[in-house]
Amino acid sequence: MFSSYRFRKLKDKTIYVLCFLCVIIAVIPLASIIFEVIARGAPQLNLHFLTANGLEGGIGPAMQGTLILIGLTSLIGVPIGIMSGIYLAEFGDNKYASAIRTINDILTEFPSIVVGITAFSIVVVGVIGSFSPIAGAVALSFIMIPIVARTTEESLKLVPTSVREAALALGLHKWKTTLRVVLPAAGQGLITGALLAIARIAGETAPILLTILGNTYFFQGFNQPMDALPLRVFLNSRQPSPTVQAQAWGAALVLILIVLVLNICVRIVSRRRLRR
Amino acid sequence: MTASEKIRTEKLNAWFGQKQALKNINISFKANVVTAIIGPSGCGKSTLIRTLNRMHELVPEAKISGKVFLDRKNIYDDDVDPVLIRRRVGMVFQKPNPFPTMSIYDNVAAGLKLMGVKKGPQLDEIVKRCLQQAGLWDEVKDDLKKPGTSLSGGQQQRLCIARALAVNPEVILMDEPCSALDPIATAKIESLIRDLAKDYTVVIVTHNMQQASRVSDYTAFLYLGELVEYGLTKDIFENPKNELTEKYITGEFG
Amino acid sequence: MVRKSITGDTAFKIAAGALAASALIILFATLFVLSTGSTMVLQRFGLGFLTGINWNPVEGRESFGVLPYILGTLITSSIALLIGVPLSLGIAIFLVEMSPKAIRVPVSYLIELLAAVPSVIFGLWGLFVLRFWVLNYIETPLNTNLGWIPVFSGTPFGLDLLTASIILAIMIIPTVASVSREVISAVPNSIREAAYGVGATRWEVIRHWVLSYGRSGIVGAVILGLGRAIGETMAVTMVIGNAIGPNAMPASLFQPGQTLPSLIANGFLEAPTPLEKSAYMGAGLVLLLISLLINIIARVMVTRVLKIKGGAVE
Repeated sequence: MFSSYRFRKLKDKTIYVLCFLCVIIAVIPLASIIFEVIARGAPQLNLHFLTANGLEGGIGPAMQGTLILIGLTSLIGVPIGIMSGIYLAEFGDNKYASAIRTINDILTEFPSIVVGITAFSIVVVGVIGSFSPIAGAVALSFIMIPIVARTTEESLKLVPTSVREAALALGLHKWKTTLRVVLPAAGQGLITGALLAIARIAGETAPILLTILGNTYFFQGFNQPMDALPLRVFLNSRQPSPTVQAQAWGAALVLILIVLVLNICVRIVSRRRLRR
Repeated sequence: MTASEKIRTEKLNAWFGQKQALKNINISFKANVVTAIIGPSGCGKSTLIRTLNRMHELVPEAKISGKVFLDRKNIYDDDVDPVLIRRRVGMVFQKPNPFPTMSIYDNVAAGLKLMGVKKGPQLDEIVKRCLQQAGLWDEVKDDLKKPGTSLSGGQQQRLCIARALAVNPEVILMDEPCSALDPIATAKIESLIRDLAKDYTVVIVTHNMQQASRVSDYTAFLYLGELVEYGLTKDIFENPKNELTEKYITGEFG
Repeated sequence: MVRKSITGDTAFKIAAGALAASALIILFATLFVLSTGSTMVLQRFGLGFLTGINWNPVEGRESFGVLPYILGTLITSSIALLIGVPLSLGIAIFLVEMSPKAIRVPVSYLIELLAAVPSVIFGLWGLFVLRFWVLNYIETPLNTNLGWIPVFSGTPFGLDLLTASIILAIMIIPTVASVSREVISAVPNSIREAAYGVGATRWEVIRHWVLSYGRSGIVGAVILGLGRAIGETMAVTMVIGNAIGPNAMPASLFQPGQTLPSLIANGFLEAPTPLEKSAYMGAGLVLLLISLLINIIARVMVTRVLKIKGGAVE
């Protein structure tokens, strides 16, 4: 029996090593991605690359486009998402709300290319009649709304009932209580949610591929194709010219920096919330 | 004090993070008797028995210093394997916790199966014996395939006792085993504890002083992590030496 | 005054409720667009659209079938699970049951970071880096030594079903690992203690109790990962080699392939005729239905376990 125990012990140790190996194996691609993006992207970075248009070998239009997309999408997605979250948290004790909750969960797992088709058919073909930054923002807001709605609901639910009761006891209306007292109390949770959603949509490619098309020039108008960083990475990676491919790595570095900065902001904001 | 010593602690300290739960405990548990540990909640009773089979260290942030001798061997020595200690020192927990995915039979057999005992008449025999010892056999002998969680609370706790007995331990630790049970189930477990003392060393944590006086031979009173008084149960309850003990026993605080 | 206040609150509730309906609108708009958009191709080919293998837009000889892409999607996703799930479980087990706190925090942060990398960057890395790792260290040796086995036959090129599967495996790790981690953390400590109490080693506690108690939740995590893999577009598009028509029928792992999402990403905008556009819409519909089905199954399984947790932890 003792030897069989030794075998059990050996198995225990082996599994420990295997599990640790799993962690290492998962970290290798991450390390390689970060290394390659920096090693191949950093040499590209200079003022000309960041500001010139596509014909002159720069990613200015892509950076501008990504900022426009982030702005427009937030303009659509944040208010709708927050109001949805308010409804779910403050009035969400009914069947309609639980249906919405389920659908939001399903939407977060939607294949992103499908979202692109929807926005293409409705906005590009239907409303505007052309590839457009607006179509891109609509597609991305389809991704953003469910994320913001969920994080809003979660952070509103963390606000203690006593806070609501205190405000209502002062004679404030429910809507004023919600907007003036509960929402600010949950403030950092809301910011975290919005930043997370922005970080997510900033890197999305498939939905904008079908809606903004790409452009070598700076912003041309709301009924014209536009560029964006993830799209530029994709389009340039398919070109045979090494110069153009190198630009893809430069764009990738800028994109990953944006996503990284947003994620660090999320960390800082949510850590401060924990400390309070 | 005729009984021989089974477990002895020496300068035992225990912490959860920054909070010290046990302060310099020196106590000797006698073999084949029931020792009760009493004291107000949060005094370190549970922590004390969990240091006796190295369960304490499973809690994150838990720390320990000092020695615990089981048959004169310090169980915190580097060459000691906690798994083997836990086989010799079994444990019954506050809330009945039968393995939820297992049948009554498998609950009792689980420890033995891990040790390589194969299914068969030998295993059946041990399972039967343990269930009998735990006073549960007659109630479940026709339902051995049913899930352990289908039993009542009191039955579940006796199943957990049978499960602890199956690996043939020398010591059985019980952490408030009756706190989740009704009076009838409690009475059954208490008489079972008396029976167990014939073959095993039993250490029981309880917040119920009547229970301590009913089941135990020796009693230790713990307060704020320190051992205040320890002696024959009879002496502790009838003639406490320490003022604090007296106040606790007469119900002035607790 | 009192009356006015009631109206104000009601109006607020209705407004919030109406905006919450956006989720419903997005869902139905998507279903509507895809089903009306694919009507043309479905009327023309019927079930043949699902079983056909041709993709021929030439007028007079049109023929559209999505079978190769359904197979490509399922095969790449399955291999991704085969590789990614054991890794993810190992990570989850390590984080919950084994690692000291000082390691747990940075490791979970790295895994989160892996989830934050945009898929187009995975694709770029796959196209210029991973491709050659797979080609030189996996495909060439396998092909040289075991080339007589059909799945390892052909001429390894690095842009094929295997590379797509491997990149998907990496991409699903954060999802599967973090959900499994939640499920494993949800296993009540009383069970672990009882198991240690009967003399089990750590691995035995994990294998016989923790994993068996959390089984359906872990299955849910795996299915959630499957959903991610099936819907993933850009990374796959960039490394799978983009075969079309009968050439896309998977025969070997070392052969260019195509999944439903990569098919759409590659061809949707260039589709010259309404019928071909409709065929892409049909591919989108099939993709959406597969992913809906998978996600619903996954959610049912995960919530069931987390509900048990809510009951057992008190």
